[in-house]
Amino acid sequence: MKNRNLILNILGISALFGVLRLFEAYGSEYQVRILDNMGVFITLAVSYNLVVGVCGQLHLGPNAFITIGAYTSALLTMSPAEKQMSFIITPLVWPLNVLHAPFALSLVAGGVMAALFAFLISFPVFRVRGDYLAIVTLGFGEVVRVLANALQSVTNGPLGLKGLPPRTNLWWSWGIAVLTTLLVVKLINSSYGRAMKAIREDETAAKAMGIDPFRHLVLAFMVSAFFSGVSGGLLAHLITTISPTLFTFFLTFNLLMIIVVGGLGSTTGAIVGAVLFTWGSEALRVVESDMNFGLFTIPGIPGMRMVLFSLILLLVIIFARHGVMGRGEITWNRIASGWGALAGRKSA
Amino acid sequence: MQFGGLCAVNDFSIELKPGELVGLIGPNGAGKTTVFNMITGSLKPTSGRVLWLEEDVAGLPPHYVAARGIARTFQNIRLFGDMTVLENVMVSFHFRLRSSFWEAMTGLPGYGREERRIRKDALEFLEEMGLLHLANEKASSLAYGQQRRLEIARALATRPKLLLLDEPAAGMNPPETRELAELVRELRTKYDLTILLIEHDMKFVMGLCGRIQVLDYGITIATGSPAEIQCNPDVIRAYLGGEGDGQCLR
Ligand SMILES: Nc1ncnc2c1ncn2[C@@H]1O[C@H](COP(=O)(O)OP(=O)(O)O)[C@@H](O)[C@H]1O
Ligand SMILES: [Mg+2]
Repeated sequence: MKNRNLILNILGISALFGVLRLFEAYGSEYQVRILDNMGVFITLAVSYNLVVGVCGQLHLGPNAFITIGAYTSALLTMSPAEKQMSFIITPLVWPLNVLHAPFALSLVAGGVMAALFAFLISFPVFRVRGDYLAIVTLGFGEVVRVLANALQSVTNGPLGLKGLPPRTNLWWSWGIAVLTTLLVVKLINSSYGRAMKAIREDETAAKAMGIDPFRHLVLAFMVSAFFSGVSGGLLAHLITTISPTLFTFFLTFNLLMIIVVGGLGSTTGAIVGAVLFTWGSEALRVVESDMNFGLFTIPGIPGMRMVLFSLILLLVIIFARHGVMGRGEITWNRIASGWGALAGRKSA
Repeated sequence: MQFGGLCAVNDFSIELKPGELVGLIGPNGAGKTTVFNMITGSLKPTSGRVLWLEEDVAGLPPHYVAARGIARTFQNIRLFGDMTVLENVMVSFHFRLRSSFWEAMTGLPGYGREERRIRKDALEFLEEMGLLHLANEKASSLAYGQQRRLEIARALATRPKLLLLDEPAAGMNPPETRELAELVRELRTKYDLTILLIEHDMKFVMGLCGRIQVLDYGITIATGSPAEIQCNPDVIRAYLGGEGDGQCLR
């Protein structure tokens, strides 16, 4: 069983990369771009779900980690000359003005910085629970955005960073999505993951069984922040221009929507949600352009997509509180038993 | 223990010898659960000490107390409802885990061995409590009596020296209660446990415990053997009010 799943995993991932290779060779630039986004959002959703879905803590500040990752990574891949040209109002502080690192290293640095920040804020954050935790994390998300605006000698303020090398491609975005998913799933299915779920289910009982909630929540928070930070680096080198207005609460809201629609606590749900969201936000672009019905034309309304998304979210919360997946997962075992049942019915 | 103006437990003292099975009884609201909460670190007593193996554990975090060998069950069942029965028990092994989270996250073989051992041991605890056939069910889907037994299995899996049972027979029918009494007796010998239990079912308590302490309004009104307690006039009055004169509890 174990070997079979390993082989299926390898086959599945190979098939995925085969498809990506085809898109790289024959797909339009537009399609590739959507796929790039999809990979990054899978990483974001899977890591965000670890804190919100698995640990059950409504953390509303992933945009802070994404911002930190994006800026860290961008400041490392820009060449010193480019940085000197960009920072026209206030020069960039040493040593950032001379540092120059390859893309891979810059992504790791972005993740590490985000995880460090997560560690620092975990003391006030995990002192409280529930609504208070939501408010505190929301506050930190805002604080980071304000800092990105104000710390001109580090972030270049409202001007942001422009002309980043467009290093994020299908391989980076999906490679990291696959890696994150494999690691996070391993963590969730381990004894550590059980402890995190126990805290979500009943913190008092978890403590009585010897589990230290603070330690495990900080752990989940830092792992989540690390991968969010890496995704921030990927986003920065996908968009190639970053500024403080890019990673607002709006981004957090989208992530929350993704994991709620996918099913809180389900990793495969988070993936399904991310795919639906990135694909949907492109497919629904039509509602923002003029619609011609022959006799009359409905003018396009910018922002209409968000209205639709919010509507979908509302419907999910009202009619299907558990999302697409509930807390269940799509696993090879499930697929195999479903397949077996189907085959059995046919032969009978 | 003081809650604002309310003194829930006052001047309480109890000494447990290794291997003893002691009952804590008293009317509703007497402060029995509060005593458990103070012993396990859920509540920090406003004054006083909780001496455990020569250490004052009063006010230490509950997970620390649990790791020192004190386990409990809850009166209002507190299982990890959305996890399986087996997972509920496996959680109790976590605080002893040797592997770091790096090893767990990358799935190194050392961790794999530990995980298999935990699973095997957890299944043994389930078998012991007669829950093996339910291992893969969701905990919240269990019948009431089964949930109470799962609470005990989960507490046992932390390998405690002292086990605190808060109304373990509540909601069970007479045959289930008899079975439970037998089980508690067996567990005590098998695991070398000291047990302190709260229970309203007099037959259960009287048949099981060697010593009983009675609380009323946070004050100890009697302690002694079951026979002494049964006919103690103060105890009768606490339970039955004035009209219990001359009767015995049974
Ligand atoms: N955390 C708390 N805060 C305030 N009052 C409490 C708390 N816990 C218990 N009490 C009160 O203390 C008294 C004793 O409660 P408890 O120990 O649960 O009684 P028992 O378990 O004997 O039925 C009750 O009056 C109860 O309302
Ligand atoms: Mg009680």
